[in-house]
Amino acid sequence: MIDEKDVLHMGKLARIELTGDEVRKFSKDLSAVFEYMEVLNEVNTDDLPEISQVNGLSSVFEEDVVVASDCLPAELLSQSQNPVELNQIKVSKVV
Amino acid sequence: MSDLHKLGLKEVLDGVKNKTFSCEELVRETLSVCEEKSELNSFIVLDKEGALNKAKELDRKIAQEEAVGALAGALVGVKDIICVKGLKNTCASKMLENFVPPYNATVVSRLLSEDAIVIGKTNTDEFACGGSTETSFFGVTKNPYDLERVAGGSSGGSAVAVSADLCTFALGTDTGGSIRQPASFCNVYGLKPSYGLVSRSGVVSMASSWDTIGHFAKSVEDLATVLNIIAGKDRKDSTSVEKTSDDYREFLGRGVSGVKIGVPEEYFAEGVEAETSEIVKGRILELEKQGAEIVPISLSMTKYALSVYYISMPAELSANLERFDGVRYGHKPKEYSDIVDYYFKARGEGFGAEIKRRIITGTYVLSAGYYDAYYKKAQKVRGLIIEDFKKAFEKCDVLIAPVSPFPAFKIGEKADNPLGMYMADILTIPVSAGGFPSLACPAGFSKDGLPIGLQIIGPYLGEGKCIRVADAISI
Repeated sequence: MIDEKDVLHMGKLARIELTGDEVRKFSKDLSAVFEYMEVLNEVNTDDLPEISQVNGLSSVFEEDVVVASDCLPAELLSQSQNPVELNQIKVSKVV
Repeated sequence: MSDLHKLGLKEVLDGVKNKTFSCEELVRETLSVCEEKSELNSFIVLDKEGALNKAKELDRKIAQEEAVGALAGALVGVKDIICVKGLKNTCASKMLENFVPPYNATVVSRLLSEDAIVIGKTNTDEFACGGSTETSFFGVTKNPYDLERVAGGSSGGSAVAVSADLCTFALGTDTGGSIRQPASFCNVYGLKPSYGLVSRSGVVSMASSWDTIGHFAKSVEDLATVLNIIAGKDRKDSTSVEKTSDDYREFLGRGVSGVKIGVPEEYFAEGVEAETSEIVKGRILELEKQGAEIVPISLSMTKYALSVYYISMPAELSANLERFDGVRYGHKPKEYSDIVDYYFKARGEGFGAEIKRRIITGTYVLSAGYYDAYYKKAQKVRGLIIEDFKKAFEKCDVLIAPVSPFPAFKIGEKADNPLGMYMADILTIPVSAGGFPSLACPAGFSKDGLPIGLQIIGPYLGEGKCIRVADAISI
């Protein structure tokens, strides 16, 4: 059961403003989804490893070489949605 | 009007090479068909000018007998979560409505370096989250076989672009079924490659340990031709792997004599429509007549896959989508009180309902107190699902199953029922859990005239086996 308080709290953690309708709807939807997920409790997973990737790669290294980029700084600046000043992208004040 | 736009990749490449028609003729005709069929809502962005310019440049090179790439003249539709330099990459979201990427995804670079022509960016569910394109900020894509039905999703725009002859082939992504399901709903071929075979660099991430990049085409041979070009290791994606074949077309025309085809009983069980099961089983019988050996298989962990996915995927998605805060790019709120309020409003206004629902789910399963019960548990069960497949592949070369439990559903039918919508992916998600390749192949039509698809699932990096069997079905 995911109640409306849980949904609001998760919204706060994820920095998302939710409307009252969304909170009510998500509480109902997610309660149904999590109830369905209870099926996992049938499976005994004691002592099993957690799988976080599937192709077995580990410690992938690359030669430290400079590769030409197809993205030039001037182009990056010209496509910026934000104002550009002194060859820098200007963003909203964050601190 | 001629039928140039209906040509598959092989015919386009031959026609351009032999100067039967020009790239410009093909582009002009296809663009006019795109206009005629705009009701399908297959594209978010059509790059008319760019496509025509590139076509003219190729025609000039061909006239002067200069060398051109292996895909010269082919028109590609690119799912709108895959970056094409200079074209909007909206992810079908208000959040990125005006975002123009300054670089190409690796998969796009590889196609462009072989002279493919990008015709436009195709519709998708918002940030690829959905099974019907109904969550797109730009409206639903309609199924060419029945305009009242969905095209499937999330790569629905790409599937329709190929199905309705609006391009030669198209790129999509498949995290839990997003290439295979729309391919089956729209009667085209779709390949979800093994995890890591096609670079994810430049593709907006959904669930990083599940995401794969693949493509739609009008024939198995066309799938193989494109795979030759897009597959292989990329230094920009450390999870990418080397390809296992220099030419996947070598697997065509080999027949299926002696090939062991596993038939997983759980994929034909309750919940899968009888008509779908019968059509797919009919195709399996045909392969048996061609000399394939049929092996009954049980994948007993199948019923847990959906739950594993809807814990693991939102967890990864909620982390990946943290970057969209509206500061450097993306939706900017007009009114806010301070920076924290800015984040809340940018994300609250910029994301649609399904994205919010998944971020809330992901945040919940990763939060203290629930991490062990949900996330950790799901990661453990994911391992059991993978083992299930690995054991099956000790007994057979490939598995064949339906793609979707039912054909295309009506627009709006599942929109208000998230769990019902999630169930549509019940036969594609288990395959994704292990990063296995799966090729969706048209299998027949329902009595209502709706396409039904089957999937050929191979062992890890076993794309060649999938192509071989699909080719035998398509003959």
